[in-house]
Amino acid sequence: MSNPSDILVIDDEQVIIDAVVKICKLENYTVDAALTVKTAIEKISKNYYSIVVCDIMMPDGDGFQILDQLQNKNIDSALIMMTGYSTVENAVNSLYQGAVDFIPKPFTVDELLSSVFRANKYQEIKKKQEELSRKNIGHSLLYVSCPAKYLRLGYTSWMLQEIDGSVLIGLCDLFLKTIESVKEIEFLSAEEEIAQGVSCVTVKSADDRTHKILSPVSGRIIEVNQNLKLNLNLIEKDPYFEGWIYRVIPNDIGYEIKNLVPYSSDRL
Amino acid sequence: MFKKIGFRLIFVVALTSLVIIGVYAYFNVKSQSSSSISEVERHANQLGETVISSTRFDMMLNQRDRIQQTINSIGTQPQIRDVRIINKDGEIIYSSDSININKMVDKQAESCYACHAEDKPLEHISITERTRIFRVHPDSNRLIGIITPIYNEKSCWNADCHAHPQNQKVLGVLDVSISLAEIDKAIVTREWEIVIFAIIAIIAVGLLIAFFVRHWVSNPVHDLLNATQQVSQGNLNYAIKDLGDNEIGKLGESFNNMTKKLSEARMQLFQSDKMASLGRLAAGVAHEINNPLTGVLTYSSFLLKRTKDNPELQEDLKVIVRETLRSREIVKSLLDFARQSVPKKSIADINEIIEKSIGVIEKQLSIKKIKIVKQSENNLPRITVDSNQMQQVFINLFVNASDAISKDGGTITVITKQISLSPFGVAQIKKAACPKRHSLIDNEFKIDGLPALKVKVVSNGKEGIVHLDPVYGKHRNHFDLGFDVSTEAKFVCPDCNSSIVQQDKLCPQCAAPVLSFEISGQGVYEVCSSENSNWEKWDFVDSAGLKEFIEIKISDTGCGITKDDLPKIFEPFFSTKGQKGTGLGLAVIWGIIDNHNGTITVESEEGKGTNFIIRLPLTPQK
Repeated sequence: MSNPSDILVIDDEQVIIDAVVKICKLENYTVDAALTVKTAIEKISKNYYSIVVCDIMMPDGDGFQILDQLQNKNIDSALIMMTGYSTVENAVNSLYQGAVDFIPKPFTVDELLSSVFRANKYQEIKKKQEELSRKNIGHSLLYVSCPAKYLRLGYTSWMLQEIDGSVLIGLCDLFLKTIESVKEIEFLSAEEEIAQGVSCVTVKSADDRTHKILSPVSGRIIEVNQNLKLNLNLIEKDPYFEGWIYRVIPNDIGYEIKNLVPYSSDRL
Repeated sequence: MFKKIGFRLIFVVALTSLVIIGVYAYFNVKSQSSSSISEVERHANQLGETVISSTRFDMMLNQRDRIQQTINSIGTQPQIRDVRIINKDGEIIYSSDSININKMVDKQAESCYACHAEDKPLEHISITERTRIFRVHPDSNRLIGIITPIYNEKSCWNADCHAHPQNQKVLGVLDVSISLAEIDKAIVTREWEIVIFAIIAIIAVGLLIAFFVRHWVSNPVHDLLNATQQVSQGNLNYAIKDLGDNEIGKLGESFNNMTKKLSEARMQLFQSDKMASLGRLAAGVAHEINNPLTGVLTYSSFLLKRTKDNPELQEDLKVIVRETLRSREIVKSLLDFARQSVPKKSIADINEIIEKSIGVIEKQLSIKKIKIVKQSENNLPRITVDSNQMQQVFINLFVNASDAISKDGGTITVITKQISLSPFGVAQIKKAACPKRHSLIDNEFKIDGLPALKVKVVSNGKEGIVHLDPVYGKHRNHFDLGFDVSTEAKFVCPDCNSSIVQQDKLCPQCAAPVLSFEISGQGVYEVCSSENSNWEKWDFVDSAGLKEFIEIKISDTGCGITKDDLPKIFEPFFSTKGQKGTGLGLAVIWGIIDNHNGTITVESEEGKGTNFIIRLPLTPQK
């Protein structure tokens, strides 16, 4: 209990742990480490970590066990999954089950730092929100949750199926809040293919961090929001309507929808 | 040795010819000897008559010396053993052998028995009954004896001597014995001749059979045996040389065909197995390599961050980061190849996927002066595939093709069509019923040995039965009705007259009504009712055995693939593009097609071009 760390990193390879520790120290996080799932679970139950960075595949178990532990014990640590065996299914599935982010190995310093940064921010926002609701100060919300009929991938991106069968995709407000301010957006162009769980937009925040956003669906981009291109503020002002990013013809929405969180879970 | 076919055949043929020749010889010898004997018999009889008539005059005059002299002179002939005249009391009164004169003959003796069997001697008997064949001793030659009765005549009882009364019918008998030695000798010679002939015939037949069996059976069978041994030792490339156009030759051809198919199947299996293990290996390697790579990437990018004030070091570190990121991409594509996940399939139009793929790389191709020609069959059925993966396949193949084409440009041809591979033409309809569950199988009428389907046709007041081929796809239907089927004709069940024409459906080939049969447990069989159309459809069979395929053939006019490279092109890390490629493209394609239960094959001729042929099974759409 004494001197708890901010981050717990779980990996069976010391070199990865060392790297994560070194990187996180750059931003003054304190890091604890576990080499097995078993010790990780012990540490989680003893100490509280704001962020848990966990390898999916380990010799004595997998990252999903850690995820279950956190949920069973009602610990609100933000979990970032990482794996060397980066299948899209794994990524999407972990996000569906409650992980906040997914980083495929090998990753760069910036990729890890931006992910940890967002996770940290996410925790801050959640805590503030809890406080607010506890104090019951009006209806003030720190972020806007998804409107009806929207489906989201983790807390990052959303999709909305339109009557003509095309799908709009955009960024969740909570995600935008975690990156604080949008300075630059790197779009893909129309006719390009995107895949669920694979990066489709790169956002640069005011503090020069780059954030890769995972797409909620697979398909072909048929339209890029030109208004957004001209006026980047739209995405922060109205992330669910005017601030949409792409219009997509989905490939296999029936299958992919199972990995997306419906809006109803936000209306408690 | 007796186990050899040739020897057994020779043995059987020899035995058969032995029996045939034996039976023939037996009857031949028998008939020849009996004809010789009857000849002798006739001769003896004639001789008897001659003796009687030549001694007649002397008898009348009772000149016994002269009679004896005549008999003696006849008896000196070599073949004649004995000439005797016996009176009615059984006394030998004349004989060529003088010892026998005046001896009495026993009337019960065998030679006399023919006439004296009854109390009163017979007066007339046939020549055969007067003849006997006997041996004096068991060792001596056979003899034939013939007895000629001497009848009483008017001149006898009117003669001056009055020796014979008028009421006496037979005065005595003349007995002539002739030796059969000559004939017996001839028969023995004949028998020997036949034995020798039989032996020669059997040897000749045996040799002839041995020669032809060796030529037609033993040598080819030996070759076949040798080939099967080669195959069992794993040499599936062994081919039997031409064994002629007989059954064994056909067997050899079929054997070659079998080994060819087997070797193809083995190649496919081997490839599949190899891919699976390489996939596992690649996944394992990728997984293991990603951790150290993470170390390199994180530490180098970490250093990059910490040494911002040292531009020289920064340059070098950037190279490390860049190259590590490149390794990351390679590992990622390796994982793409290794991913064993089931494709996310949905129903799609393969032509559309191809169009889309062409659209992606059209610009690249036009820069390289490559024309892309598409020939697709209309109304190609939609197919259940992972569109993304299939697009990846086509783009990859187009890129490969364009890489193979020289700077002067060329053509890429894409041909899509639907093909059916057998079980069509094999599946048999065993149970068929009308809507009221009457069996329509006619066990009385068979087509190629299988009970046909019967349908009653009612047309313009005439009725008849049509028999349909029970084999799906063969269409040897029997329409011999004796009248033309009008367009308004009804096709009904012969038992209950309920219609078996399918409502709301016409033959897609000739727009005639379509007959439909319930096949118990196997869906519905449909066939065109017109004699001239061969349209038929049995969805259940079509879908069950993956008989329908969509074939996509992508041909280019590029440099082709060398014979040595051809077997390796689907292997991971095999690349002829040097540093430019990872060598995973075709391996990934192979994996995707395999995951779709399809096949991909390649044909190539160096300098002329390459054909990739993809076959995807058509599954029924729900």
